[in-house]
Amino acid sequence: MSQSKPIVNPILEARSVDAYFGAFHAVKNVTLSVRPNTVTAMIGPSGCGKSTFLRTLNRMHEEIPGATMKGQVLLAGEDIYARGIDPVQVRRRIGMVFQKPNPFPSLSIYENVVVGLTLAGVKNRSVLDEVVERSLKHAALWNEVKDKLKQPGTSLSGGQQQRLCIARALSVEPPVLLMDEPTSALDPISTAKIEELLVELKKDVTVVVVTHNMQQAARVSDRTAFFLLGEVIEYEESSTLFSVPKDKRTEAYITGRFG
Amino acid sequence: MTSATSTVSPTSGSSRPRARAVSMAQVSYRDIRRKWFNRFMLGTLGVAALVAVLPLISVLYYVFKQGIAGLNLEFFTQLPKPVGETGGGLGNSILGTLTVVMMATVIGLPFGIASGVFLSEFSRSRFTYTLRFCVELLAGIPSIILGIFAYALIVVPMGGFSALAGAVALAIILVPTVAKTTEEVLKLVPDHIREAGLALGLPRWKVILRIVLWGSRAGISTGIMLAIARISGETAPLIFTALNSQYWPHGLLEPVSTLPVQIYTYAIAPFEDWNRLAWTGAMTLVFFVLIANVSMRLILRRKA
Repeated sequence: MSQSKPIVNPILEARSVDAYFGAFHAVKNVTLSVRPNTVTAMIGPSGCGKSTFLRTLNRMHEEIPGATMKGQVLLAGEDIYARGIDPVQVRRRIGMVFQKPNPFPSLSIYENVVVGLTLAGVKNRSVLDEVVERSLKHAALWNEVKDKLKQPGTSLSGGQQQRLCIARALSVEPPVLLMDEPTSALDPISTAKIEELLVELKKDVTVVVVTHNMQQAARVSDRTAFFLLGEVIEYEESSTLFSVPKDKRTEAYITGRFG
Repeated sequence: MTSATSTVSPTSGSSRPRARAVSMAQVSYRDIRRKWFNRFMLGTLGVAALVAVLPLISVLYYVFKQGIAGLNLEFFTQLPKPVGETGGGLGNSILGTLTVVMMATVIGLPFGIASGVFLSEFSRSRFTYTLRFCVELLAGIPSIILGIFAYALIVVPMGGFSALAGAVALAIILVPTVAKTTEEVLKLVPDHIREAGLALGLPRWKVILRIVLWGSRAGISTGIMLAIARISGETAPLIFTALNSQYWPHGLLEPVSTLPVQIYTYAIAPFEDWNRLAWTGAMTLVFFVLIANVSMRLILRRKA
């Protein structure tokens, strides 16, 4: 693994992270850091451990039965796996958007966006109204849904549902947002909207996105990590990685010779 | 790849395509036979389904036919009259059944729902397997045994039959039924919904209570209604516990009359007007269950 420019003051830093499902070693000794207000992409063939690694970054990995991990993950210098740190606190600061849009089926669009606040006890209507508008605007969904906030979240199209999930994740104002193949279930137009959104979002949040789509990684990300069989083969500025990859395996992958 | 090639030119080696039948007007004997066989099987299934619901229809018809004669205001408002006197009603039994079933629901529901949540949401532990096995066993225990259990548990130590003892016996029947349906309904909630909640930084208990459980309230209520309907008709466990009474219920620690026990008592009695009261009681019970079921479904359908 090589890095051209050293990353100083990373907002997120993984140190020797290993992740397992039972005896299966899914992520092997991954060390990488993420600059604030950037988009970092993780690419690699299916089953290479990139999603698993992503889930270790906000302690969602441990929710799977039999899943364990080793190593450190630092959020602004603080280990999220340190003794006494509650995963709930971690996930408040490191939000997540999943591959399949997963709005809560029993809640309206409005309720979906603010559920993270209402269930934490926020009742003030004007605060909630403001968060709904801000989050939906932030997720580029406001104009499409502002007149039907009372309708169920599941009544929206797939692409809109995914942006609703992004709005929901943004509502609690996390400094970091993880996205696990956020566009793989979406059509090209919705995908383009979310890609535009990613570039827009990094003004306020740091985004780490797992993607199967190399063009997407090249378009939206500042840095890209290439995963293979649980290891990071190359982690580099995206412009460099996609034009002059150092490792032969990276080159083989990005030129479409396997994967 | 190979299959595609073989359909284009089935005779290997020859590249000339073979002519295939295109016209759909040509119907072979096999086609006709298949069509008739299909109709025959569909008909058989229809008849079997009809036979399965026939008992329901005939029970409803028969109970209604026999019970309607004794239906009047008195039936709901009066106590049973002594032998020889005509008239009277089963007002005390109706009130008693409502009381006992309501108490049983209040006692059993928290345990049933909590067990169901545990079985569905914490299914990793070994204890869950044991618990699920126990719940299934409990659901399979004949209700008369549970009646004897409640007798030993409440009636003997408290020195008398009581509505409370009856309610406890019915609650024990209610718990596994509610636990099983709650578990099944919660398992229908996909895991990505739970993950969405957790990833928002919500504590697990809030995700379970406010998102998973609250989102499944429709299904769980249906399960509860079915369980209540089931315990409303239980007779055997009440014979040992609530016993029976000729008077209005006047305390939860006193014996109380319930519809099933009263129907049983009056149905086997040698007096014709008691038999008639039993029929009307049966009709009331059946309709109570029926109305509870149908109205629950209607309410839920409107919600959904």
